Order: sequence, then structure tokens, then C-alpha cells
Amino acid sequence: MRNVRLIARLDIKGPNLIKGIHLEGLRKVGDPQAFARRYYEQGIDELIYMDIVASLYGRNSLKDIVSRTARDVFIPMTVGGGVRSVEDVRELLRAGADKVAINTAAVNRPALLTECSRAFGSQCIVLSIEAKRQGQGQGGEPRWEAFTDNGREHSGRSVVDWAREATELGAGEILLTSVDQEGTRKGFDVELVRAVTAVTDIPVIASGGLGAPQHLVDVCLRGGADAVAIADALHYNRLELAALREEARRAGVPVRAVPSSALVS
Amino acid sequence: MAQKVTIVDYGAGNIFSVSRAVEHFGAEVVLSGDPAVIRHAERLILPGVGAFANGMQGLRERGLVEPVREYAASGRPFLGICLGMQMMVERSEEFGSHDGLGILPGKVTRIAGKDAHGTPMKIPHIGWNRLTMPERRATWKDTILEGLPVESGAYFVHSFSVVPAREEDRLADTWHGDYRVSAAIQRGNVSGCQFHPEKSGPIGLRIIGNFLESR
Repeated sequence: MRNVRLIARLDIKGPNLIKGIHLEGLRKVGDPQAFARRYYEQGIDELIYMDIVASLYGRNSLKDIVSRTARDVFIPMTVGGGVRSVEDVRELLRAGADKVAINTAAVNRPALLTECSRAFGSQCIVLSIEAKRQGQGQGGEPRWEAFTDNGREHSGRSVVDWAREATELGAGEILLTSVDQEGTRKGFDVELVRAVTAVTDIPVIASGGLGAPQHLVDVCLRGGADAVAIADALHYNRLELAALREEARRAGVPVRAVPSSALVS
Repeated sequence: MAQKVTIVDYGAGNIFSVSRAVEHFGAEVVLSGDPAVIRHAERLILPGVGAFANGMQGLRERGLVEPVREYAASGRPFLGICLGMQMMVERSEEFGSHDGLGILPGKVTRIAGKDAHGTPMKIPHIGWNRLTMPERRATWKDTILEGLPVESGAYFVHSFSVVPAREEDRLADTWHGDYRVSAAIQRGNVSGCQFHPEKSGPIGLRIIGNFLESR
């Protein structure tokens, strides 16, 4: 098993870091750049910036925040929200993003994934899936539907089928958010993550629900997650990164060792 | 510390972060795709993300292949990052066979690797992985890795990697399952890292700092 990556997820609205529950009921948390810098100093492995209103209003205000963050945060950044074209991806990469996450535009036109991965390499194209449980299949197995626009709009696509298709189209990674668990701090939807990791060989980032170290252990060992996104557990200081690493390691989940010499002094 | 660093601009992304890492040390960045500027650079970085053939095409279209080769032969400090390192060798097998710059002997092949249970490792190789000392190296002294704690983690994201023709050109290795990935190479003034120092936190900054101080 490879080192599991711990990723701070920062949802953005306008100039603010925000946090909601089930991607709704958003509250302001603070200045995203200050939080990003703090997580960098504490030894987070990566950052995700998600502009969660961009695709509703058809604008992309993230570029500024991204380039300001990239000035003094030297770890990988994935950026998403309102990305519609190869040109949008190029602009974000030039602003300092390393990977770009696409949801709505890929649902509307899956070929965009192929175009972007051809242009920039699949390693920087992340498919963002917002998954909601929707009833059961014939054998009683759970089913999930992919949503767009922060879990508001049905796509009609099965999450599992969409993950498989997107892998073939050239996505390099999947950011898998459980809308049901998001913001609840009650743990990941492990079944969802396992259903997706079973059908794709690209890395899957589990997002939504982390409230305790055991949640990370479960989604990695039982769900097969390659990385976990952490949001309000960090934003509200509910969990300490060093303690999370330690507990993960103790439970048999490999994580990057961060010697004190590798922390920002 | 170096005053001026030229970064080759040939249309590949991710130049922003490399520039910032250099500026972090107070050095001036010159971003250029001009053959004359490249030839006369004091210190040169060849960055790069994406496919090998596109990268070489970008260099060719700007008439930069010969200037970069001449620069490498000049003895002045030269660092290739990720695709920039890969282009330093003779050829790549990424989507067909493509010629590289041929500055160091070797080729670029797809990484493989299985875990302890024999399951193939995921490709691309994404994430933080440890740098280890190759057998034929005794020390990282006087290289870009000088002063790094052994087994430092660095950030990788790639599906192909360099296989140097000469073992002694290996500066650091890393393991993707049971597959040995050449994480850094070095010969004389020419160094390359497969990982991204500009994305490897304080450890990565130290590597950039070492490059700026190298002679």
C-alpha cells in the first residue's frame, strides 16, 4: 500500500473559506490563504481549493486566491469550480494549480476529460464526483447518483459507471465527495469509496465525513482510498494533523513521515 | 546565492511555482524561450509537465534544442525537473519512440511495479515518496541533495521515468512497489529530478536553494 495522502480541502465562496453541511448552509470560516498557509506549515500533503459557487454563476474567481497561495505554499494544489474548457484549465495551471478538478462540464460533455488530459497530461486532470445515495439495485446493493452544482442537480449517471467511463476518457484521479456525509463528521461513505476503487485503477480521494482518525483508517483499509480530504475537522481545530498521522500509522495505514526538518520553520 | 536564474519557457505549464521557489531565495527569474538568452544563461532550469513528445515539440518550435544542449555542455549549472529531466536523456517510449536532448545517456520508459501481494501498483505514481541513496553513490555532498535528511519525502507525479544508461548517474532512487524509479540524476553540472522540488515543501525548497548555490 502506498502512502495515503492527507489533503486539506478548502471550499471557497468569493474571497472566503466557507463550510457547509451536505454542501448547503454555508458559513464563513475565514481567509483561505491564511488557512492554506497554516496547513502547509503543519505538514499537510496537498491542498484542494474548490470554488463552490462558480459553476452556478458562470465565473471563476479562484485564480487570484490560487496564485496568491502559490506564492508561499510549496505543495501540490488541486483547484476546481466552474472549469468549462481546455482554456480554463490552462489558466488555472498558469496561476499555480497543479491539478484541475472538473465536475459539471465533464458531465455535460465527457470528451472534455480527454481533451484536457491530452493537452496537459492525465496526471493533472481530476474528475470531481458529488455522490448521493439513491435507492438500491435489484440485489439490494446500494446505488449512488452523480450530482452537479454542489449536489443540487441530478446528472442521471450512476457514480460507479461514471467513474469507470471517466477513467477510460483520461481522468488521472477522482475526487469522490459523498454529499450525504459531507459536513457531518460522522465518517466517510466507505461503501461508496469501495464501489469506486473497485472499478478504477486511478487514485481516489475520499471526501466528506471525516471527524475522527478512525474514519480515515476505515476508508483507507476497507474502502481502498488513496487519499483523504479533510475540511472542517481542520478548519475548526477538531483534529491535529500530527496526531492524525500518528493514529493512522498505528492502525496500519501508511502515511508520509514528516520529520521536524521537513516542517516549515 | 545566485543572482539570476533562467527558466526555459517552451509552453509547458507549472512555471509559476518553479519561479516562486527560486524567488523565495531572492534570486531573479528570467523566463525565456529565446535561444540567445538560453545560451548565455548563468543558471538554467528546464521545467516541464505533460507528454514527452509535446515537450520536445515545444523546444523544437522555438529553436531551443541546440541552445539547451550547448548550455548543458558549457559547464554552468543546469537543472531539469520532471519532464525536464526526462527530456535530458536520449529517447522516450511514451506514446511511440521519441528523441530527447541526449545530454545524458538513457531512456524514458513506463514505470511498472507490484506490491508485496503481487498486485500491480497504481499508475500514475502520485504522492510523497522517499528519496534513497543509490548503491553507486556514497554521498549527496556537493549535489542538489546536499544536507537532506536521508529518506526525505518528495512529491512525485508521473507515469514514465528515466532509466539512466550509467548506474553512476543515479543521484537518488525511490520505489514504486518493487520498481526502482530514478528520482534524481546528476553528472557534472547537469542534474535532474523526477519529483517536483517546487512542490515538496521545505525539503524541496532546500533542493532549489542548493541548486542556486551550486557551481
